[in-house]
Amino acid sequence: MARGAVALSLLALTASLGYGQRQTKNSCLDCHSVLPEPLGVTQETFSHDIHAQKGLTCVSCHGGDAVTDDPTQSMSRKAGWKGKIDRRQIPALCGSCHSNPNYMRQYDPSLRTDQLSQFHTSIHGQRLAAGDTKVAVCTDCHGVHDLRAPNDPMSMVYPVNIANTCAHCHADAQYMKGYSIPTDQFAKYGKSVHREDLMVRGDLSAPTCTTCHGNHGAAPPGVDKVQNVCSTCHVFQAQMYDKSSHKAAFDAASLPGCVVCHGNHDIAHPTDAKLGTGAGAVCMQCHTPGDACDQARAEMLSQLTRLDAAVTNADQALAIAESAGMEVSEARLGQSEARDSLTKARVAIHSFRKDLVDQYVQTGLKIAGKDLQAGQKAMVERNRRRAGLGISLIAIGMVLAGLWLYIRKIEH
Amino acid sequence: MTVLRNMRNWLYERLEWDDLIAPLRKKTVPLHRLSYWYFLGGITLFLFVIQVLTGILLLLYYRPGANEAFESVQYIMTQVQFGWLIRSIHSWSANLMIFTAFAHMFSVLFLKAYRKPRELTWISGVILLVLAMGFGFSGYLLPWNTLAFFATKVGTDIAGQVPFIGHPIMIFLRGGEEVTGATLTRFFGFHVAVLPGLVTVLIAFHLLLVQRQGMSVPPKVERDWSANPSAKRELKFFPNFVLRELMAWYAGLGVLGALAAIFPWDLGVKADLFASAPAGIKPEWYFLFMFQTLKVIPSKVLFIDGDVLGILAFGLVGLLWLLLPFLENGRVALSKQWITGLSVFALAYVIAMSVYGYVTN
Amino acid sequence: MATSDPGIVNSGAQPSASMPRRGFVELLLGGGFLATAVAFIYPVLRYFVPPRTVDLGGDSVVAGKVGELQLNSGKIFRFGNRPGLLIRTASGEYRALSAVCTHLSCTVQYRPDLREVWCACHNGMYSLDGRNISGPPPRPLETFDVQVRGEEIFVTRRREG
Repeated sequence: MARGAVALSLLALTASLGYGQRQTKNSCLDCHSVLPEPLGVTQETFSHDIHAQKGLTCVSCHGGDAVTDDPTQSMSRKAGWKGKIDRRQIPALCGSCHSNPNYMRQYDPSLRTDQLSQFHTSIHGQRLAAGDTKVAVCTDCHGVHDLRAPNDPMSMVYPVNIANTCAHCHADAQYMKGYSIPTDQFAKYGKSVHREDLMVRGDLSAPTCTTCHGNHGAAPPGVDKVQNVCSTCHVFQAQMYDKSSHKAAFDAASLPGCVVCHGNHDIAHPTDAKLGTGAGAVCMQCHTPGDACDQARAEMLSQLTRLDAAVTNADQALAIAESAGMEVSEARLGQSEARDSLTKARVAIHSFRKDLVDQYVQTGLKIAGKDLQAGQKAMVERNRRRAGLGISLIAIGMVLAGLWLYIRKIEH
Repeated sequence: MTVLRNMRNWLYERLEWDDLIAPLRKKTVPLHRLSYWYFLGGITLFLFVIQVLTGILLLLYYRPGANEAFESVQYIMTQVQFGWLIRSIHSWSANLMIFTAFAHMFSVLFLKAYRKPRELTWISGVILLVLAMGFGFSGYLLPWNTLAFFATKVGTDIAGQVPFIGHPIMIFLRGGEEVTGATLTRFFGFHVAVLPGLVTVLIAFHLLLVQRQGMSVPPKVERDWSANPSAKRELKFFPNFVLRELMAWYAGLGVLGALAAIFPWDLGVKADLFASAPAGIKPEWYFLFMFQTLKVIPSKVLFIDGDVLGILAFGLVGLLWLLLPFLENGRVALSKQWITGLSVFALAYVIAMSVYGYVTN
Repeated sequence: MATSDPGIVNSGAQPSASMPRRGFVELLLGGGFLATAVAFIYPVLRYFVPPRTVDLGGDSVVAGKVGELQLNSGKIFRFGNRPGLLIRTASGEYRALSAVCTHLSCTVQYRPDLREVWCACHNGMYSLDGRNISGPPPRPLETFDVQVRGEEIFVTRRREG
C-alpha cells in the first residue's frame, strides 16, 4: 500500500518534471525506478547513459513492449522480451550495433566498430568463449544503465579511472584465484611515474593499463614486443636501444627489453644510480665487474654525475645571486638548456655508447659553465655596487660631519 | 670664490630677493625637547622630490602596456647602467615616504599641532597622505608582475564593493570589468600625470600655511614657557634649522643608497592574466591594516555584508579623521583626553593589524 | 640639539678638543658636497647612455638574419626569457612559434623529414601553425608574427585580446 503510494507520487513527480514526455511511452521505469537493486534503474541514473541521450530506451537492449502498462504483456517472450542478458550474450548484443559501421555512422561516423572482433582476440574474449564467465565483458568496464561516453570524467573508462576499473578484478586476490597471474599490478602501478603523471600532474595522455595492454583486445604485450609499446612515447630511447648491442643480446636471451632495467607496472623515475653498483643499480646484474662494459658504465655514470653537479652548481650560484637581488634571468634561461642537455645525455644512455653520451655532456657542461660564470659575475657586480655605496656613504659622511661642525661653529 | 661672488652680485642686481627671503630670515623654530618631530615633514618633502627626480629618469625607459611594461622594467634593471639603482631608489623612497608621512601625521596628532589655526594644514596633510597612498597603489602595478596584478585585482575589487557608487568606481579604476592592459594604461596616467599635479598643488598650499602660521608649539611646552618666559628658546630657521634639515636629508640619502644597493627592489614574475592567484596575496604594507580588518570581519554582520560594513566603517573613520580639528572645538566637542585616547588607539590598531596581517597568511 | 648624533661626531672631529680651524670645516664641507654631487650625478649620466643591446620592446625580437636559414629548416631563438622556434618552410616562408612544448616544457624542434614540429621528449607533434596533432601535448603552441625587414627577421608576439 505504502509502496504503491510512493510509486504513484514518484510517477506524478517524474511526469511533472517533464520525464516521459517523449511520444514513445516507457512503462518499464514505472516499476523499475522504484524496485530495489539489482532490478532498480531510475530515470535519473539512466539519463546519464550515453544511449539514453542518443534516444535508445530499455527496449533497445532488453526487448519487450514499453507501451503497455500490463507487465505480463510488456515482459512477454512474444513481445521479444529478453530479460536479464546472459553474460555470454553481452558482447554479441553490444556488437549488434557497435560492430555495424552503417548503423554507428548516424551517431558518430569516426567511431570504431572493431571492438567486438578485438574482444574475441583478447584473453577476456578467449576465456569467455571457453565458458569462463568470470572474465570481463563490455559492461564490466563500461558500466550498464549509466554507461557514459569515455570522455566523460565520470566514465569508468575515463583515463584516470581505468586503473581502478581494471583493479576491480585484477587486484582482488580472492577473485583472481585460479588464474596464474599476480594481483599486485595495481599496487605497483600506484607507485609508478606514469600514475603520478596521470593522477597528480593530470596528464591524460600518460599511460594507464590499457595504454600498454590494449583495451578491447586486452592482452599482455608479449615479451619481445614490450619495446614497441614503450617506443610509442619514448621514441629516442627506443631508436637508440634498437641500434645497441643490448637489443640483440636481450632478444637472444628472450629478455623483455625495456622491462629488464625499468620494470613494468612500477616504473619509477629513473635515476643515475641505475648505472651505479649500489641499490637500484641494474648493469651488474648481468655484467662482470672490471670488464670493458663495466668500465664504460663507470665512465658514463661519472660523465652524467659531472654534468648533474655542474648544473646544480650553476643553479646554486644563480640562486645566491638572485637572493642578493641580482637579475640573472638570462642565465636562468640558459640553465634550462643545460638541463635539456643533461636529459639528452641520460636518454643517450640507451645507446650504451660512451661517445654519444659524452657529446651531450660536453654541450651541457659548456652551457652550465657559462651560467656559473654569469652567477659569479653577478656577485662581482654586487660587490662593485657595495664598493660604490661605500664611497658614496663616505662622501655623505663628510658632508654630515662638515655640517655638524659648521652648525657648532656658527652657534658658538 | 670671486667668480661665485660676481655671479651672485649679477643675479642680485636683477632679482633683489631681500624682501622675498625676509620672512625666511625672520622665521624661527621653537627649540624644545620635542623639536625632533619638526624634521619629519621636511624629510617627507625631500623623499617626494627624490620620487619626482627618479620617476622622471624611469620614464626615459619605461613603457606602459601589458606586453611591454614588465620587459621594460626588466630592461631597466639589467641592461641600463645604474638602472637598478634608479628603480630601487624609487621603490624604497616611495615606501619610506609613506612611512615618514604616517609618522609626521601621528606626531602632529600627539603634539596637538592640528588645532586652530592649523585646521587647513591638517586637512591638506591628510589628503596628501591619501594621495601618496594612491601613488603607491598605482605605482605598484606599473612593473606588471604577478603580485602587483593580483594586489590590484583585490584592491579594485574592494573599491567595487562600496554600495551604489562602488561598481562605477571599479570600472573607472580598471578601465573595464577586469584588470587588463587598459588598467595599466590608466594607472600609468594617474601615477605620472594626475597625482603629481594634485600633490604638487597641495604641497604648495600645505607649505604656504606652514610658512604663514609658523611652527606649532606643543601645549605642554607652551604652558611651561608662559609660566617661565626666560626658558623660551628658538632656533633661527635660516641657516640653523635648514642646516640641520640638510643633515637629515643627507642621512636619508645615505639610507636610500644603502637600501638600494644592498636590497635591490625585486622584479617578480611577469603577470599572467589567466593564471590562478598565488596563495597569500597581500597588498603593500601601508594597506595591510585595512586589508586585514576586512579579512577578520565576519562575512555577515546581522544582515549586512561584512566587507561592505568594513569599507563603510573605514570611510566614516577617514571622514572623522579628516575633520578631527573640528571635533575638538566644534559644537559636539569631544574632551581633549578623548582625542588623545583615540589617537593612541588608532596608532596601536594600525600597528597591531599590520603586524597581524604580516605574520598571517 | 635636535640632530646631534654622536655617531657622526666621532667619525669626524673631536668635539671636546679646541674648535677646528675655519679652513678645515670649509674643506670638509666643500669636499663632501663635491664628492656627493659626483656620486649623484655620475650614475645619472651613465643612466642616460642608451645600452648597447637594442631594446625592441618585450613583444618583438630579431630572431635571425635572412639567408641564415636553409629551406626546410628551423632554429631556436631567444624570445624574452623563453625559447622560440623560427622555421623556414620548404616553400621559403618564415614561421615562428613558441618552442616550449605544452606537455612537459621540453624544447621542440623542426623535423625537416616530417615537415612538422616535433618534441623529442615524448614524441609530441605539432603542425607548422602550432596545432597539437599527435602525441601527448594538450594544447597548441603559441604562434608569433614574422616580418622580414631588410636583412633581419623580426618576430612579434600577437597583441592581447
